[in-house]
Amino acid sequence: MNQLIEFLQDNLELIYILILAIFIGLELIKNVPTVLHTPLMSGANALSGVVIVGAILVMLQSDPENYLALALGFIAVVLGIINVVGGFAVTDRMLQMFKKKKS
Amino acid sequence: MSITLSIIYLIATVTFVVGLKMLGHPESAKRGNLTAAIGMGIAILGTIFLSEREVPTIIYVLIGSAIVIGGIIGWIIAIKVEMTKMPELVSLFNGFGGASAMLIGLVEFSKNIGVDQADKASASIITTIIAAIAIGGITFTGSLIAWAKLNGSMKDIRLPKYNLINNLLFIGLVAFGAYIVLMNTDSSILMYSLLLASLVYGVLFVIPIGGADMPVVISLLNSLTGIAAAITGILYGNMVMLVGGILVGSAGLILTFAMCKAMNRSLSNVIFGAFGGGGDVAASGGGKIGGTVKKTSASDSAVLLNYSDNVVIVPGYGLAVAQAQHVIHELEELLTKKGVNVKYAIHPVAGRMPGHMNVLLAESNVDYSKLIEMDDINPQFPNTDVVLVVGANDVVNPAAHNDPTSPIYGMPILDVENAKHIIVNKRSMKPGYAGIENELFFNQKTNMLFGDAKDALTELVNELKNM
Repeated sequence: MNQLIEFLQDNLELIYILILAIFIGLELIKNVPTVLHTPLMSGANALSGVVIVGAILVMLQSDPENYLALALGFIAVVLGIINVVGGFAVTDRMLQMFKKKKS
Repeated sequence: MSITLSIIYLIATVTFVVGLKMLGHPESAKRGNLTAAIGMGIAILGTIFLSEREVPTIIYVLIGSAIVIGGIIGWIIAIKVEMTKMPELVSLFNGFGGASAMLIGLVEFSKNIGVDQADKASASIITTIIAAIAIGGITFTGSLIAWAKLNGSMKDIRLPKYNLINNLLFIGLVAFGAYIVLMNTDSSILMYSLLLASLVYGVLFVIPIGGADMPVVISLLNSLTGIAAAITGILYGNMVMLVGGILVGSAGLILTFAMCKAMNRSLSNVIFGAFGGGGDVAASGGGKIGGTVKKTSASDSAVLLNYSDNVVIVPGYGLAVAQAQHVIHELEELLTKKGVNVKYAIHPVAGRMPGHMNVLLAESNVDYSKLIEMDDINPQFPNTDVVLVVGANDVVNPAAHNDPTSPIYGMPILDVENAKHIIVNKRSMKPGYAGIENELFFNQKTNMLFGDAKDALTELVNELKNM
């Protein structure tokens, strides 16, 4: 219990941001037309690739002698960037299709 | 962290919020995606180049090559993928994101192994590490299974008492995680066991879920990856990861519930229900439906369509599988030229993902204004001369209205049986994805045009051209 209280005290700011971000996320997506659900899902998927920032931090903070950490970090960066680049690129491709028939 | 980097993260966070908002409106969606991508780009570059630590060059080389390798792979996959394969792709990418979070957790845990008691990470940090490993692991294998099931290389598998097994495993996983935290242990065996249990749970969690429910699962897994990213954000006290992850997490949940609503099912029903697997379901509905099926030919169908005033096309996944979205557009243009008023009726879950059908039809240049959503088209069916159902089944099954024993009872459907004539193109009389018989095919007004969607439609187009 003490640990929990300690955690709350130390991270109060973080918890505020967490809760507010949840509400922003819910509000942002409400009332999006069905047409856009697939691109939206794919775009959100690309955003979840933000985890790559953590993967880069892992590598930056690793001891160059710590091969395990470097190897795992390397794979994490590769997978994360596939998620980011692939996700944004494919969303763009999809949205391009919606656009061209307007002209 | 340098102030410049903090400001970069702040800007990136704002681009995520703005980008996501813009993605929700047709006119701004493309710019929204680009905005978020730019934000992501600066966050990544900032993290690499504004590090205040002394970092050996070799590590920079490794990071750089990882980014180049992964970036090229991601780009190639994104450029080459067919639009029909979109749901698989989203779930594959999603699995990669989850795996990334899982690996980060593993490295952070291993850094804590063998450290003096005084220098050990606090319980709250261990909690985030454990959560990152567990959630990342579940989304990783879960997404891979979803990917395999969607591209048809894996069937639904139901172990006996799978619900009980899964729930026990889940409770075990939580208890196990809590144990590691409370004992403040640094045992790598425990960590690997936790990892293994999470990976196994991911597999078992997705494997029994029926094909028709896959979109809901993908969306849920997407949301979980966001949560995993947010947790690693807490671990590093990194705001851009925290906010980005949470945005995805809550947005994914909204989409998940929107989809459940479109199918009139609850989330727990999707996860724990036995729907969509065939077996008992098909047996319960199969006996009651009887009667004769009327077959028709392409030329008869062409005549019928040619002399109609109002035609509604109902595209389903069968159309996508046969890659017939271009032919159907040709058919629509041809009929429009002959003075027929043609529209498309889009069910919210047509295809394998909500909005998937819109993407496919957009790919073949179908006019946006011709795609009519379910609630708007349903009142128009009584004034429709011919409904052409191509590769759709469950979304036009009247059992959803009038058979309380049917597993899809209560699901909103397209009321095509109100139209004057119905032409159904299907490969065979086999039940659809949900494994339920469809009495629409036995309706007096229904003519069945058997054959592959692309072949049948091409034939139809040729017949129409000769008229």
